[in-house]
Amino acid sequence: MAVDGVTLEVAAGEVHALIGPNGAGKTTLIGQISGSLPSDEGQIFFLENEITRAKQHERVSAGLARSYQITSIFKRFSVLENLALAVQARSGSSFSFWRPLAQEAALFDEARSIADQVGLSHKIASSGLSLAHGEQRALEVGLALATRPKLVLLDEPMAGMGPEDARRTIELIGRIRAQVTVLLVEHDMDAVFRLADRISVMVAGRLIATDSPEEIRMNEEVRKAYLGDELAA
Amino acid sequence: MSTILFLEQALNSLQFGLMLFLLAAGLTLVFGIMDMINLAHGSLYMIGAYLMAELVTQTGSFWVALPLALVATALVGAALEVSLLRTLYERDHLTQVLATFAIILIANEAVRMIWGPQSIMLNAPAGLTGPVQLPGGMQYASYRLAIIGVGVLVALVLYFLVTKTRVGMLVRAGASNREMAVAMGVNIRRLFTAVFALGAALCALAGAMLGPILAVQVGMGENILILAFVVIVIGGIGSIRGAFVGSLLVGLVDTMGRALLPIAFAKMFPPQVASNLGPALSSIMIYVLMAAVLFLRPQGLFPARG
Amino acid sequence: MKKIVILAIVACAFPLAMHALDQGFYISFATRVLIYAMAAASLNLVLGYGGMVSFGHAAFFGAGAYIVGILTFEGVTSAWLTWPAAVAVAALAALVIGALSLRTRGVYFIMITLAFAQMMYYIFVSMKAYGGDDGLSLPRRSSLGFGVDLRNDFAWYYVVLFLLMIILYLLHRLVHSRFGRVIEAIRENETRAAAIGYPVYRYQLACFVISGAIAGLAGALIANQTSYVSPAILHWVQSGTLMIMVILGGVGRFWGGPAGAAVLLTLEEVFSGSKLLGPYALHWQLPVGVILLAVVLFAPRGIAGAFAKRPQ
Repeated sequence: MAVDGVTLEVAAGEVHALIGPNGAGKTTLIGQISGSLPSDEGQIFFLENEITRAKQHERVSAGLARSYQITSIFKRFSVLENLALAVQARSGSSFSFWRPLAQEAALFDEARSIADQVGLSHKIASSGLSLAHGEQRALEVGLALATRPKLVLLDEPMAGMGPEDARRTIELIGRIRAQVTVLLVEHDMDAVFRLADRISVMVAGRLIATDSPEEIRMNEEVRKAYLGDELAA
Repeated sequence: MSTILFLEQALNSLQFGLMLFLLAAGLTLVFGIMDMINLAHGSLYMIGAYLMAELVTQTGSFWVALPLALVATALVGAALEVSLLRTLYERDHLTQVLATFAIILIANEAVRMIWGPQSIMLNAPAGLTGPVQLPGGMQYASYRLAIIGVGVLVALVLYFLVTKTRVGMLVRAGASNREMAVAMGVNIRRLFTAVFALGAALCALAGAMLGPILAVQVGMGENILILAFVVIVIGGIGSIRGAFVGSLLVGLVDTMGRALLPIAFAKMFPPQVASNLGPALSSIMIYVLMAAVLFLRPQGLFPARG
Repeated sequence: MKKIVILAIVACAFPLAMHALDQGFYISFATRVLIYAMAAASLNLVLGYGGMVSFGHAAFFGAGAYIVGILTFEGVTSAWLTWPAAVAVAALAALVIGALSLRTRGVYFIMITLAFAQMMYYIFVSMKAYGGDDGLSLPRRSSLGFGVDLRNDFAWYYVVLFLLMIILYLLHRLVHSRFGRVIEAIRENETRAAAIGYPVYRYQLACFVISGAIAGLAGALIANQTSYVSPAILHWVQSGTLMIMVILGGVGRFWGGPAGAAVLLTLEEVFSGSKLLGPYALHWQLPVGVILLAVVLFAPRGIAGAFAKRPQ
């Protein structure tokens, strides 16, 4: 089973890292929490409400957003259009057939500010397709943030990034943590230990530990299963 | 409804279903392995029927013309695959639909130019024109029995080919996982061409055999093509077994539906209603069946892919 | 904007010019082009903008035609009753078919829309009272009132042109609205559209219904055009023809539908009436097939696409 009997608790306002070897089921868990994947058993609670049966778009409305490990943006739209689309989803109904979208300055202003936040202002008019990998990952995070979530699930935002881009992403998460709770799936241990308030470790579908970074670092089971080599470096 | 009539319709169902299987088998393989929607499959059926009719006229013998027609159509199919269809494998489904639709238009017109717009004659071979006595006192057209015989034979040969030979294993591997098949060192290009040619030959066989019963005319491909698609959706894309079961099921529902529903309706409803409702309902039965399968088991009854 | 004004002027002047040149037949031909332009535009909405490859669009086009046919046959001739009825029935059919089909994806969606269209075909063909296989002749064109006689080809042309212009304007506003943007986003990346909070199914269904409704109106008009409804209008080959128009004109481009309809019908007219082709003119579908194949393989952005700017 991809996810087997996981009980995870994320506290409001924290940056909670989820680490583990490849194939541990982290992305599956993210999918289940966000609603893109179904779960066979168990319950999911968000802000006092049970959302186990809620559809993905309902969860987003409630303030739960995710980003994707494999970049999933609107390639033929510009950065501005990408972000405005996400802002639009949370700004009233889009069953609006008459009024030109171009007139909605507020949407685009907010999209611009998010582009600024994720460091894409200089590429605001470029199509998603034309962005460099690091920029696409930034847009990936931007899209999740643009829905004004209370909790954002970031699935390996730094995947495939060079050191400069990774540093910028760490800074970004550092900036947004004041407004939004973060569940961060990452392999970059530097980022994890710098940012996380708490760390959970998943191995082969099961959660083997949840603790503060220092405790995790010293946890025998975790070192054996995952961290051993990573920390020796 | 008498037992004899019922049995006769059951045999007709079997006959139709088996011929449908010949089309569906080729279609499901092409779809399953190459992931290509090929609307021109019906055109190969039409070409097969026309070539058969022409060859019978030229050679004077049904049984001499038949293998020739199969080979000729297989060659047409292979030529089509190598020249044109190969470029479509990597394209999206819409492109495939439109391109193969264009081929239908071209094929229809080409046939019309060569043989004219009227339907042409294709007669059952001498010796199979009369009825045969079946146990139970029933009479059944010997030619239709022959079709059933040929259909069963081909089904068995295909079964053997696909499950017991190396080539068959490659085909099945390709149907369930193309990348794996390539990794295993299969010459994908030649395999595809071979599969396509085989599918074309099967179409020709169906066209040639059904020719004496249905009309050999332009556009005959489109009508049966859609039934073949229904079959493979029901049976499961890429699965020969699914195509077999699906064909028999569709043959059964369609033939029995057309025969039985009007009679049942005539008993239940006033004639005005029955004469309209009966044929309408029996025609749409298979589509209702397909819709039901799509909802309950969208991968089909025997999915080839995991 | 200037191009549209010129186009409108040409469209308005066309019948007058043809009348002056004593080529009255082409007015009827042009009307046919306008009607198919509407039908193709409706398909382009769901196919080009929405990315939903519906192979059953003929169902809505044909349903609209048959409703007008049946009502007119039964004595209801007012366009104010029959045409809205056609639109309503087509929209309802689109609602039911869309609600069921949109639960599937990919090739299954294509197949199931095809299947539903076939069901519509068989249902209407089985109605022997309304012509069955032979089709249904209308005793007359719909009546509009206000002293406008639709039996006059001139008046008929301008009424159709007027309706087409309204529909195109409405479509223009739609594709540039919030709804239009969401529909295109769903086409581009359905998973992400859902992940940022759009209930994808609802948007797709709404798009499908709007598209079906417009096709129904086009159907109402085509029934009037020839005062005859043929069951072939519901056949899946007709769906294919509409798709050809959209692809020829440029799938997803605003003028794709009308451009494609104009090109295909003109090709049909040119080839079938051509002195050059002589006895082969009957086989006009062959060069059309070849052209379609060429466009699909080499110019997938179609004719409207060829004139558009490249995205950067």
